Amino acid sequence: MNEVCFKNLTKDQCWSLKTYEDSGGYSVWRKILKGKFTSEQVIDELKLSGLRGRGGAGFPTGLKWSFMPRHSDGQKYVVCNSDEGEPGTCKDRDILRFNPHAVIEGMAIGGFVMNASVGYNYIRGEFMEPFKRFEGALEEAYKAGLLGQNINNSSINFDLYTHLGAGAYICGEETALLESIEGKKGQPRFKPPFPANVGLFGKPTTINNTESFASVPEILRCGGQWFADIGVENSGGCKLFSVSGHVTNPANFEVPMGISFKDLLEMAGGMRDGAKLKAVIPGGSSTPVLTAEIVMNMTMDYDGIEKAGSMLGAGSVIIMNESTCMVEVLTRLAHFYYDESCGQCTPCREGTGWLYRVLKRITDGNGRKGDIDLLLSVQNKIMGNTICALGDAAAMPVESFLRNFREEFEYYIKHRKSMVKG
Amino acid sequence: MISIRAKNQIDVWIAKYPKDRQSSAVMQALKIVQAENENILSASTIQEVADYLDMPGIAVQEVATFYENYNYKKVGKYVIRFCHNISCMLNGADDLIKHLENKLGVKTGEVTLDGLISVKKVECLGACVGAPMFQINEKYFENLTIDKIDKIVDNLK
Repeated sequence: MNEVCFKNLTKDQCWSLKTYEDSGGYSVWRKILKGKFTSEQVIDELKLSGLRGRGGAGFPTGLKWSFMPRHSDGQKYVVCNSDEGEPGTCKDRDILRFNPHAVIEGMAIGGFVMNASVGYNYIRGEFMEPFKRFEGALEEAYKAGLLGQNINNSSINFDLYTHLGAGAYICGEETALLESIEGKKGQPRFKPPFPANVGLFGKPTTINNTESFASVPEILRCGGQWFADIGVENSGGCKLFSVSGHVTNPANFEVPMGISFKDLLEMAGGMRDGAKLKAVIPGGSSTPVLTAEIVMNMTMDYDGIEKAGSMLGAGSVIIMNESTCMVEVLTRLAHFYYDESCGQCTPCREGTGWLYRVLKRITDGNGRKGDIDLLLSVQNKIMGNTICALGDAAAMPVESFLRNFREEFEYYIKHRKSMVKG
Repeated sequence: MISIRAKNQIDVWIAKYPKDRQSSAVMQALKIVQAENENILSASTIQEVADYLDMPGIAVQEVATFYENYNYKKVGKYVIRFCHNISCMLNGADDLIKHLENKLGVKTGEVTLDGLISVKKVECLGACVGAPMFQINEKYFENLTIDKIDKIVDNLK
């Protein structure tokens, strides 16, 4: 446990440059500066490692980096997505607070590989403590001569800046994030063109999640095979799982991919007060909910969770016990997407409002016969019909909640009260 | 008028972006200007930011109304932003929000009569393993209980 991003978690001042360097930090970056580690080597090791995008999409990082027009002339950018805010997700905040230098080194390495001399770390506006911690680390790195122009006479340039958000979940969508850095509303761009060709300020740009960047230095230091071996087939390495909800010790755990759900639940101290498990959202609020029976045989890796009928997402595991009213949970989730839809695409803008209002009237005791079909019809009209994935993210929980817990919705509509809470 | 101090702060952000891309600093410029104006944005301050960044007024207006962290009506010296989303909800946030409302004698969205505290219900703040939680101005408070909330709020002056 805690081998990569959380390696130094228990050490004193774990966020300091000294702690980071004492445990091998910046050794890869220094090799690169001395010309002893090529960009091809970086990409090969990342491909070997099996690292997949930790923000939720799970796209192989090595492959993503190889797609960039690295050898073309002109400005290019690397961007880190620290705009964390999907219900259940709270791992990047801890990486920024407790291991900011790993993010810096990962981004610098990314900059070198992609031939990008400038990077931005987009941190959500509410994360002022992580922001200040990261700024402090940047200052240390500049002072130590690890960033800037012609670093250590290597003729490598890399300047790294923070950009602060101002409260909009949609900016976690990579093209909305780019719009936001450009000083605009965070409305996702139509793709193609993809950011690798037309990204920030119209230039080729690679965007990765905080955890992905923070994993890169340790992977390169210890070898891609080392990382791959920690995990399982198709899900290399370890991953941060944020376990929240009705558990005894909610926390972030960095564990090998492929760990059983049972073991992860045990790490979190098991169910609080010995209550019975009812449901689990395994990868953040956008991923389909699963029932207790299914999760008990599930392994925590991309294929394992997909086999169980959901997605690994950002590794945000929300645990619900038998006292949970699933109608109320879905209503709260629907409110989230209704609140956060950017309003650009009609199916999402109108559909999220419909979903929330219909669910609200059910939980207000005014549900109508036919409301379940109406919810399914609305979610079906959003799904796949929007520019970005927020629409799908709003629709997917609806389908899975209704499929797994339909009787609770029927009961709420018929009896005008919760089946669980009475 | 944007103060010299605010302009200096905005300039730090402008310097992060390429030449002629000063509009990238707009989100922070609005935050800085808002902080200097009792935490409220007005049509005139928005225009001042537009002028300073050489942007069309409407472009700044769009940003100022899109993002959640800007205010258009009076807020307290301390803004309590209480997360009510799923992990916090599962851990009793709704009851705690009610407790806070009763304690302060305000509803979410309102300011106490003395102007000291306003309460806002917000979506996920990304601290789910510390649920239930709220943010007061910049600081996060996690694993909240009624006792803990009372202590924290009683110390706000």
